[in-house]
Amino acid sequence: MSRRNPKYPGSFWEHFTQWRRGEYDPSQGKMEIKAPGKKPERGSWLPSALSQEMRDDYELGMKRRIGAFQRVYRVMALLLALTLTVLLLVTVSFLPAFGDVNAPENNEVARRYIEKGLEETGAVNIVAGMILDYRAFDTFGESCVLFIASCCVLILLKVDRDEDPHSQALEDMNDRHYEPNRDTVLQMAARLLVPVIIIFGIYVVLNGHLSPGGGFSGGAIIGSGLILYLTAFGFERTGRFMTEKLIKSLTLCALGFYCIAKSYSFYTGANHLDSFITPGVPGEILSAGLIVYLNICVGIVVACTMYSFYTLFRKGGY
Amino acid sequence: MTFVQNFPFFSIILSMFCAIVSSVLSGKAAKWLHLAMVTTVLFLSLGVLQYTLVTGESYTYMMGHYPAPWGNEIRIGPLEAIMAAAFALLMLLSVLGGLDHIEREVLGSKQNLFYILMDLLMSSLLALIYTNDLFTAYVFIEICTIAACGLIMAKKVGRVYVSAVRYMIMSLVGSGLFLIGLSLLYSITGHLLMSPAKEALENILPQSRYTVPMTVILLLLTIGLGIKSGLYPFHTWIPDAYGYTTPAASAVLSSLVSKGYIFLLIKLMVRVLPYGSLAGQHMTNVLFVFGIIGMIMGSVDAIRENNIRRMTSFSSVAQIGYIYMGLGLGTTAGMAAALFHVISHGAMKALLFVSISGLCETSGGRMDRLGLKGAGFRHKIAGLGFTVGSLSMIGMPLLTGFVSKYMFASAATTAEPVKMIAAWIALAISTTLNAVYFMRTVLVLYTWVPQEQREAKDYRPSGTEDAATLGLALMNLGLGIASPPVIAVLSKGLEIFG
Repeated sequence: MSRRNPKYPGSFWEHFTQWRRGEYDPSQGKMEIKAPGKKPERGSWLPSALSQEMRDDYELGMKRRIGAFQRVYRVMALLLALTLTVLLLVTVSFLPAFGDVNAPENNEVARRYIEKGLEETGAVNIVAGMILDYRAFDTFGESCVLFIASCCVLILLKVDRDEDPHSQALEDMNDRHYEPNRDTVLQMAARLLVPVIIIFGIYVVLNGHLSPGGGFSGGAIIGSGLILYLTAFGFERTGRFMTEKLIKSLTLCALGFYCIAKSYSFYTGANHLDSFITPGVPGEILSAGLIVYLNICVGIVVACTMYSFYTLFRKGGY
Repeated sequence: MTFVQNFPFFSIILSMFCAIVSSVLSGKAAKWLHLAMVTTVLFLSLGVLQYTLVTGESYTYMMGHYPAPWGNEIRIGPLEAIMAAAFALLMLLSVLGGLDHIEREVLGSKQNLFYILMDLLMSSLLALIYTNDLFTAYVFIEICTIAACGLIMAKKVGRVYVSAVRYMIMSLVGSGLFLIGLSLLYSITGHLLMSPAKEALENILPQSRYTVPMTVILLLLTIGLGIKSGLYPFHTWIPDAYGYTTPAASAVLSSLVSKGYIFLLIKLMVRVLPYGSLAGQHMTNVLFVFGIIGMIMGSVDAIRENNIRRMTSFSSVAQIGYIYMGLGLGTTAGMAAALFHVISHGAMKALLFVSISGLCETSGGRMDRLGLKGAGFRHKIAGLGFTVGSLSMIGMPLLTGFVSKYMFASAATTAEPVKMIAAWIALAISTTLNAVYFMRTVLVLYTWVPQEQREAKDYRPSGTEDAATLGLALMNLGLGIASPPVIAVLSKGLEIFG
């Protein structure tokens, strides 16, 4: 028996009541104005194999590039880079001169590394003593950076059977069958060089605590030797020994050993317990406590990472 | 040294070891290992928290046989311990919330790699929280960046590649600036450990010789970490990065990764910069201005966005703005508020991202507002989660967002009058804008739809997802109701943080 307010039709409360009943939608007609109209046509020159989703992505990317924005963007990027360059150059002029005896970095830290490094770590190569003993935690972090980088590349590039039923086709498309593995000059050169490179790499790793070098540089040399061998002789030859399983287990053993050995060392160090690791006789190959073993671990990780990056980028698998 | 004091070291090494072992495990085993690892880290951190609260002071832990300026070192106090515990809890709930999605969206043969990334992400966050060494911080920033990049592209569909590339470029610029800043800092202090660096700075700053390098260093370090945590003008990678990847990764990225960098910045401000130095004052002013702009512009962008996940990502920009605004106040109260908001925003954002995944899935994968009409009826628990998260974001009393806003507002009174007024106005505007876009979405979720549209078709309900949503909602409620002890721990920790 309620009397209707003459202003009721079309008022906010009527809309509210209707909205509650589901008869009225305030967003109706307002949100669909920008109906996707011309989108598919503009990208129609793209290969038809691309899915609609990829086209849309491309369109979205194009839209953002279009217009004066792009030019402004380039100018701004240039300006930013120039400003940063000038800023850093100006800053450098305020810093202590290179090699200055009174520079702040020539303090008790560096002095102890130089004067007591040999005695405390047993490493003739002071740098090895610094990175693998004084600051071994950082170096473990760096090895994990390599490990996680190779994990990311695996996620991105490794071709799996379950990912794509047409992976057979993909495999045919990769350059495996077209690689120049009949190149006599390359093969002769590789036959001569690869053993030398790899032996030199092993030497650099093993003498990391005695002479310049160490796990990172030696591992990179070994990895490049493997890559040269692969380029010359193709995947059939390297695939016999550098299998996925081998690479995985080598990485696991190397990093696992590093982790456990250093955990022991950190634990004893922090709790002031006696550790059975001693610096040994400086100058001998098996001296400098854990450093020589850690160098081997780092070398293995670096070599495996380099090799697997190359194979993953080349054909998406080992 | 008691055994408990080893726990922070154990938790870092454990998470790294689990990552290494996971490389030869199956996806399923890696998943269980990850969940077990995060749970263990949670309990270890709680143990450390209890220990540090009882002793009431922080301690340093040598990583090796060599003491502070020569070897690596971590430092543990109540603040670090509560952060580690909160991060572990959020990590656990986020991964549980996205567990079924990970199984569906990440390829079977690559799931163990996904969990390796998660493990290493946990280790890097822990290391960023505990480290007392600038270079260790940089190494773990690298790990964190690469892990985040991998998590963004793990889904391997559509736009994730674009987002991952964009994230990588922006984030590497940030890392690069940070590294340059670090090497400049080393060349004027000669120390990589934080406390000796502070002593050196205290000696050299009164002489005006190093004023220019010090300003540049501050600029580089702050901008570097600002880019990586998504401070307003450098936020362009955020919506893509959070918007398209798998829900667990979105939740972890928004609630933890950017917070790790912010925590490091706080640590630099407190532990490396001498208190009240001229340069430090300028830095807080700059952070304050950028924070305020971010609070408002992030919300404006969120209002203009139709895609619910991108909208929530833009809201992260605004919330990061809140945190920087708190740091920019330049007072201890402001910093405590910022630290509380780090935890609080983590709980809210993880809840929102986890529940959004459920809502979208029952709406046929649509993420625009029209498609989500009535989704709250189709997936009741996710709808509840989203509503609780939204209310918390807006600042509804009893929820954690209210406590954050209250703390920011009261911290503003400790700053100078101009900042106080500016902070209050920004809080008011930002809260209104928050209410506009979150309430609009909640209304869409509960818009009346016919009965047949209220049932979810071809959708598999997931127990772990519901449990995680409820857990995160409870965490929001718990932090809102029982905030005093948390705030007490934070302020106690902050006192002995420097």
